[in-house]
Amino acid sequence: MIPGVDGLWTILQTSPLFWLAVTLVAYQVAYAIYLRAGRHPLLNPVLVSIGLIISVLLATRTPYPTYFDGARLVHFLIGPATVAMAVPLYTHSERFKHMLLPLAGALLVGSVTAIVSAVAIGWTFGASPDTLLSLAPKSTTMPIAMGITEKIGGSPSLTSLMVTLTGISGAIMAGWLLKLVRIDDVATRGFAIGVTAHAIGTAYTFQLGEVAVAFAALGMGLNGVLTTILVPVLMRLLMSH
Amino acid sequence: MAIETALSTGYGQRARTTSRTTTAGRAKQPSMVPALAALVVLELVGELIVRIFALPVPGPVVGLVLLYVAFTVHGSVPDGLRATGNVLLQHLMLFLVPATTGLMMHFRRLGDEWLPIVLAAVGGTAVTMALTALTLRLFLGRRRAP
Repeated sequence: MIPGVDGLWTILQTSPLFWLAVTLVAYQVAYAIYLRAGRHPLLNPVLVSIGLIISVLLATRTPYPTYFDGARLVHFLIGPATVAMAVPLYTHSERFKHMLLPLAGALLVGSVTAIVSAVAIGWTFGASPDTLLSLAPKSTTMPIAMGITEKIGGSPSLTSLMVTLTGISGAIMAGWLLKLVRIDDVATRGFAIGVTAHAIGTAYTFQLGEVAVAFAALGMGLNGVLTTILVPVLMRLLMSH
Repeated sequence: MAIETALSTGYGQRARTTSRTTTAGRAKQPSMVPALAALVVLELVGELIVRIFALPVPGPVVGLVLLYVAFTVHGSVPDGLRATGNVLLQHLMLFLVPATTGLMMHFRRLGDEWLPIVLAAVGGTAVTMALTALTLRLFLGRRRAP
């Protein structure tokens, strides 16, 4: 017997393959729009993709975990891609070696600024103490940030929201912001983007070339480690006031 | 041990790529699989190291460090790994989409405290990115001066 439209929908909706297909097609559409619009920063492919996917999920009343089950295969590739960042890092390692101290200085400034600015802005605009704790590690990658929040007693799920907002806004503003402060050097651009906007920022730097990717990956990795150390110390200081 | 396995995968694949260059064009494609195997094995080893030593960093980051060390020991990046790494990094935005879609779970929270949350995210990001870039330029400039 041939299933009706409802039956067909039930088959589709329960098949993990369907949500995998939705993810791939949404990204293709988002990327085509992005290219067609001359890579306009506001049409960031990650942002447009999640807009399309969330619309489908809300319209079909599909819970996020059901979706994620299907899209897991795509998500899984973050791991090997992260390991592969060793390729641009190694290729451009000669450049790092000549600027270790400046990089360390910029990393420290960036890491402290990321934590303090988020908490200070949140506090100024009346965020609850629980929210403040969850804002602090927002410039690191998702797994690191959620681990830190768990340790200091914030809400890991709110942190994941902050990490996403930081990455997307970072990728959107990077182009004009760095032009505004007159940073032309791709290595400097890449490093600042990686320190600030973790993996989403690093993914954006691909269009700035391999040197930018290498410096973004370096900034992202180092800031992950430094933030893990700094957040508990700084939060104890900030929250006691 | 596992690093050696991954490294020898790299070596083997490099040798194969070299020997196949005569069969023009098709030489590069088959080397994707050993390269992907090396990346996944290193990720797995990284994951194990993180669990054993209770490190606060994700497994793939440790895998990245191991691969970097492997390149240093080897003295270069095998062609297959370079090609595969490029393909993966080129599509990093796509891979981030499923986790980022989790944003929808927080709409209610965003509704309650949207002002401090959005301002802290966007404002903090702008300040951090500008200050990091300006600091790096300042330090680089100072060092380059005679």
